Amino acid sequence: MTAFILQRSTQSIVVLFVMSLIVFCGVNLIGDPIYMMISPESTQAEIERTIKEFGLDKPVLEQYWYFLKNVLNGDFGLSFVQGIPALSLILERFPATIELALFSLFISLVFALPLGIYAGLKPDRKISKFIMAGSILGFSMPTFWVGIMLIMLFAVHLGWLPSTGRGELGTFLGIESSLFTLDVLSHIFLPALNLALFKLSSVLRLTRAGTREVALQDYIKFARAKGLSESRVVNVHLLKNILIPVVTVIGLEFGSLVAFSTVTETVFAWPGAGKLIIDAVYNLDRPVIVAYLIIIVAFFVFLNLIVDILYSFLDPRVRIKGSD
Amino acid sequence: MKILKQLIALMVICFVPSIAFSENLKIGIKGEPSSIDPHYHNVGPNNMFGNNIFSHLVGQDENQQAIPDLATSWKPINDTTWEFKLRKDVKWHDGSKFTADDVIFTASRALNVPKSPASFGIYLKGKTFVKIDDYTVHVKTEKPYPLMPNDLGVVKIVSKKYGTNATTEDYNSGKATIGTGPYKFKEYIKGDKIVLLKNSDYFGKKPEFDVVEFKPIKSGPARVAALLSGDVDLIDSVPPVDVAKLKKNKKIQLSSGPSNRVIYLHIDQFREDSPYIKAIGGGKIKNPLLNVKVRKAISLAINRDAMVSKVMEGLAIPAGQLLPKGFHGVSSNMKPDPYDIKTAKMLMKEAGYGKGFELTIHGPNDRYINDAKIAEALGQMLSKIGIKCKIEVMPKAVYFKRASAGAPDKTPEFSMMVLGWGAGSGEASSPLKSLLATHDKEKGMGGANRGRHSDLKVDALIDKALATVDSDARGKILAEATELAVGKNYGIIPIHYQVNTWAAKAGYTYLPRTDEYTVVAGLQKK
Repeated sequence: MTAFILQRSTQSIVVLFVMSLIVFCGVNLIGDPIYMMISPESTQAEIERTIKEFGLDKPVLEQYWYFLKNVLNGDFGLSFVQGIPALSLILERFPATIELALFSLFISLVFALPLGIYAGLKPDRKISKFIMAGSILGFSMPTFWVGIMLIMLFAVHLGWLPSTGRGELGTFLGIESSLFTLDVLSHIFLPALNLALFKLSSVLRLTRAGTREVALQDYIKFARAKGLSESRVVNVHLLKNILIPVVTVIGLEFGSLVAFSTVTETVFAWPGAGKLIIDAVYNLDRPVIVAYLIIIVAFFVFLNLIVDILYSFLDPRVRIKGSD
Repeated sequence: MKILKQLIALMVICFVPSIAFSENLKIGIKGEPSSIDPHYHNVGPNNMFGNNIFSHLVGQDENQQAIPDLATSWKPINDTTWEFKLRKDVKWHDGSKFTADDVIFTASRALNVPKSPASFGIYLKGKTFVKIDDYTVHVKTEKPYPLMPNDLGVVKIVSKKYGTNATTEDYNSGKATIGTGPYKFKEYIKGDKIVLLKNSDYFGKKPEFDVVEFKPIKSGPARVAALLSGDVDLIDSVPPVDVAKLKKNKKIQLSSGPSNRVIYLHIDQFREDSPYIKAIGGGKIKNPLLNVKVRKAISLAINRDAMVSKVMEGLAIPAGQLLPKGFHGVSSNMKPDPYDIKTAKMLMKEAGYGKGFELTIHGPNDRYINDAKIAEALGQMLSKIGIKCKIEVMPKAVYFKRASAGAPDKTPEFSMMVLGWGAGSGEASSPLKSLLATHDKEKGMGGANRGRHSDLKVDALIDKALATVDSDARGKILAEATELAVGKNYGIIPIHYQVNTWAAKAGYTYLPRTDEYTVVAGLQKK
């Protein structure tokens, strides 16, 4: 196991390095941040001062070299636009994104697993067909549009839930989060639902497919023949066996929930990292873009590792190689 | 079972709408400031937001006319010295007294903010601030400098006591954010909200709200939804498509007014061989835009009324010069060019381009109101006089670099481009100096002159205006320069002035501002 983790970590470092080079050169090819930062009334002299101040007069590879040296010291550079270290800017925003992702993962699992199992066990029922049709809607409707519709329905017409922002944060055991106050739970519900819809649909379809396959297996038939109760058959024998693909997908999906919640965060003005990155892209705030992408890659690599380890617990047939 | 009941109860409580407090105000703004430090970044959202906390020596009213703020009066006492008399009854948010020392301190701090992406140097360089007594400041320049009140209307005065050695981060955290404005700083959570509290000791009109929350909501539909659902009480930059519907809504009060921003065409006037112009069929051709007749024909081919009513949904004013009427330095003789295809075609023929040519119009798609649609409409309009147009629009992040210095020799890349200019100083010298004066790095003129229009007579008039201290005389010279540069030379082609819109919940009205700013003081209870 240790050898496996070590090997994985070395691979990750190489991935991170290559990734940082690609991203750094990539963002340097697009536009010029100078024209995003200066005041339109600036004179030539003022523009040149800014270019110098930010080191943008140097060749890209030289800039990359400085960047790499600083990163090894934990310094991702200052945000061009805000003048604050990019890393702290991102880390400051991450809690909001993670709690949004967790909450929406929760919503999708709570609905997707039971509905998917039901649709898989009773594929011919009308309700099952309805569930499957609904799931197609779930991942084919654009997130942006669904978000606006949710706001129109729940916030504007019914007036039940707030349409924007994160609300007053509560503190619990020294952690500031919106999951601790009611005001804030009401703020998180709509964006989380918006974000969950896509995942909900895909996990639901995956669960159904798995259920249909597993339900025909001999061990399920045998369990039934043994006279086990239906709930035991489903909860133990069936669920355990369909969870493997579901866990894989959830692991990766959680990563993408965190990394790409940009649309939802923009629509609901949720102050998370997704909104930060989209603003950074619009303003060509290079240090923030680069730092963000590197953190996200590191995060994905880590998630993959966790998924691999979880496998071995869920499925004893999967043995992690690397110890020999 | 009991747990289930409790859970249901919890869910119900979650969904009960939050109770609104009457004296609190929430404002949904499109652009979030990049910092609370008033001298860090000289851009719209920052300069706008700072108005609530800080004051200037010279204020700008809703039409950007100079009004007394921290200075009660100002006048030039000789050719190179301006005298500012300061208010004596002003207190900082911490209770200490405002004096000339704070002004002197501000003048040096605003010039030296580390890592500033756009500094206030363009307003402060070349000016020497001298304290005469606690309430008199002299500002000296080398040459006569008539725009002094305009320049000092942009720089926010900070407290010397708190500002000494304060970093930008100290202003974001509130440690140094001590101003003299109508509201005090309470809290800033990036991307989420900025909270202000009433300053009861404010020297001007007493602030009306106890707590004010600014919420950045970038997406237009989401901003409208937040207003409709009552989550915010006021929003700015109402998307034009929503204006008609909001007008009918009795719970909403719309307000709109002309902006200081003109949308115009910059035209390549410095290359014989312009990269995006070809003869019909794709052959090489001498740049037709060098010919003033062609430029005039283009202006006559633009149906500005249709542009305003169809593309801008009525939220614009046809433009014939650099600023709408009412601003200083505007010519009373200039009207928007009429829509006159016949004359335009004749001019094209006279210039030798009766058969037309091929042209690519470039424009941004995320900078001005409906910018991409404007470019498309222009393409259709110009096709009527034989100019076969291709339209290429792109995000501003890519656009402005190419528009300013995209060619291999760092000159502007495009042949014709859609741009906008907001006159921050509220008078005509700002666009004349930047857009139409000959591009000259040493002189600091023509910084945004992307068509490189150059006419020595125009330059001479601008120079003369910038040395004329008498306001009325200067206004006349600026008008004359505009008539020559825009009216006769067609150095740029103005299309329309933007109209700014705000929407507040019923019971409030927002006083529209030409500078597009959303400031708490502009919101009034009916």
